[in-house]
Amino acid sequence: MRRDAQAVVLLLLGGGLLRLAVTGDYLDYVKPSALWLIVPAGLALVAVAAVTVLEIWRAREAPDRDGHGEPGIAWLLLAPVVGMLLVAPNALGSYDAERSGTAVGSEEGRSSYPELPDEDPAPLTLLDYAARAVFDEGRTLEGRRVELSGFILHDGGEPQLARMVVSCCAADARPVKIGLEGDLPADLEPDRWVEAVGTYSPRQGRDEINGELIPYLEVESITEIAPPDNEYQ
Amino acid sequence: MPQNGGVSHDVAERSAAAERAPARPRRRGPTSIEALALLLVFGLAARPALLTLLGEPAAQAWTARFVAVMVQAIPFLTLGVVLSAVIAVFVPAGFFHRVLPGRAALAVPVAGVSGAVLPGCECASVPVAGALVQRGVAPAAALTFMLASPAINPIVMVSTFVAFPGRPEMAWARLAASLVAAIAVGWLWIRLGRTEWLRPPAHRHHEGGRWPAFWASIRHDFLHAGGYLVLGAAIAATLNTLIPEAWLARIAEHPVLGVLALALLAVLVSMCSEADAFVAASLTQFSPTAKLAFMVVGPFVDVKLAAMHAATFGRSFAVRFAPAALVAALAAAVAAGAVLL
Repeated sequence: MRRDAQAVVLLLLGGGLLRLAVTGDYLDYVKPSALWLIVPAGLALVAVAAVTVLEIWRAREAPDRDGHGEPGIAWLLLAPVVGMLLVAPNALGSYDAERSGTAVGSEEGRSSYPELPDEDPAPLTLLDYAARAVFDEGRTLEGRRVELSGFILHDGGEPQLARMVVSCCAADARPVKIGLEGDLPADLEPDRWVEAVGTYSPRQGRDEINGELIPYLEVESITEIAPPDNEYQ
Repeated sequence: MPQNGGVSHDVAERSAAAERAPARPRRRGPTSIEALALLLVFGLAARPALLTLLGEPAAQAWTARFVAVMVQAIPFLTLGVVLSAVIAVFVPAGFFHRVLPGRAALAVPVAGVSGAVLPGCECASVPVAGALVQRGVAPAAALTFMLASPAINPIVMVSTFVAFPGRPEMAWARLAASLVAAIAVGWLWIRLGRTEWLRPPAHRHHEGGRWPAFWASIRHDFLHAGGYLVLGAAIAATLNTLIPEAWLARIAEHPVLGVLALALLAVLVSMCSEADAFVAASLTQFSPTAKLAFMVVGPFVDVKLAAMHAATFGRSFAVRFAPAALVAALAAAVAAGAVLL
């Protein structure tokens, strides 16, 4: 790869990272804290590209091959450029959730289940609700109304509420699934984002993929919402 | 006088020819910038078709995971290549020679520990080790440094902490296993190594001053390691998207097969050590020890490194070094996994 082509690849990669940071789309792929890594790296790559262009321009000659035998493997770096700038996939949703087992098992070793916040209904993350329901038999959930938000997932014709949990980046995303019972609207389509208010239900199902327990929520009301900026938890 | 005139005429003609030469390069098919421009035009023109093709849920999911690994790993890779360029260009070469003890058996652990202080990615540490050998550092110490530096330096440690939130023992186990294995390989070299296996590397010198060398080093290291990172990210995305969870679970659940499978994966994907923790963390079905083996084996031996070892030290070195490094890394990872995880 010639030096001018290298400059273009570096510029596209750095620019792609900066674009993700500016538009906020980086939240579809990494955790919010990664912003502090993405922005300096994007700026650095753009700077290297700028210096390279300056060098070529100063040399005032056709940019020959660098002395170090630039590897052909660098062409592969166009793949993430295509991924970031042209394809720009959305955050993972029901397609992945249908194909992965619920991640509630990661909370099995949790030692304490503090009282719910005083608000009514109490907002909870799906993972928190599932852990309290499965590993603490719902002790802290009894007699309380809770509010959960996530996307709709269909498991054998039955709608579930799900959310992807990310520990490092979206590559390790795994779903948490909550079963829904009670009066449900008929038009709950997959990937639609909803806010469900309801109470703890002792009913539990099993995830066919990994055999983990799926807790249920007795739904009082379910309202459609816009997808949050950060779709992961 | 006529003689003089003849000479100056000759010189003038030659310099004129030299000036003309770059203006008329020989045509050898499309240059890389032309190929790049064509690719970009094609990409933009084909965008609707690409989007339909990649609009399939499976393709979207694959791309999201692939982009996620790249977005998470590129900042660490960038930080690593910038720091390693600073060291390669601005730290005097004699410095390493001065701080290492004269006796090889003592120099090995010192070199191993100094790997923890001096950040550098594995692609940079191979040429650095070559330069150290050439300047008279004991090969055993240089090799230990080469193995330890990309495995346990601060950037790699930070990225491992970030990749395993709430599980700092993963990072400590990685540090312990890599350091022990690197020192073991160094001592093994003192006992069994022969100098004739090493083909002394040719000195790679930078023309045109320090700053051009600095930028060239960043560019080269980033593009080189970044290319291999793309391969690693693609394989990780494929494993996570296309292979049914139940399938992978059968290998992953098996205590021995899981470790061997991820060690093999580390050798094949040739990931940069600054980014491999994120891939390891994403292989959620595997045991912690298997993930540790992935992170310890990767910086020691993989397809890309074996190629670089052969290029720097010669083939007869590379064929002996790779198996020794693999066995040491695997043993240390399993031991550390048993004790710490």
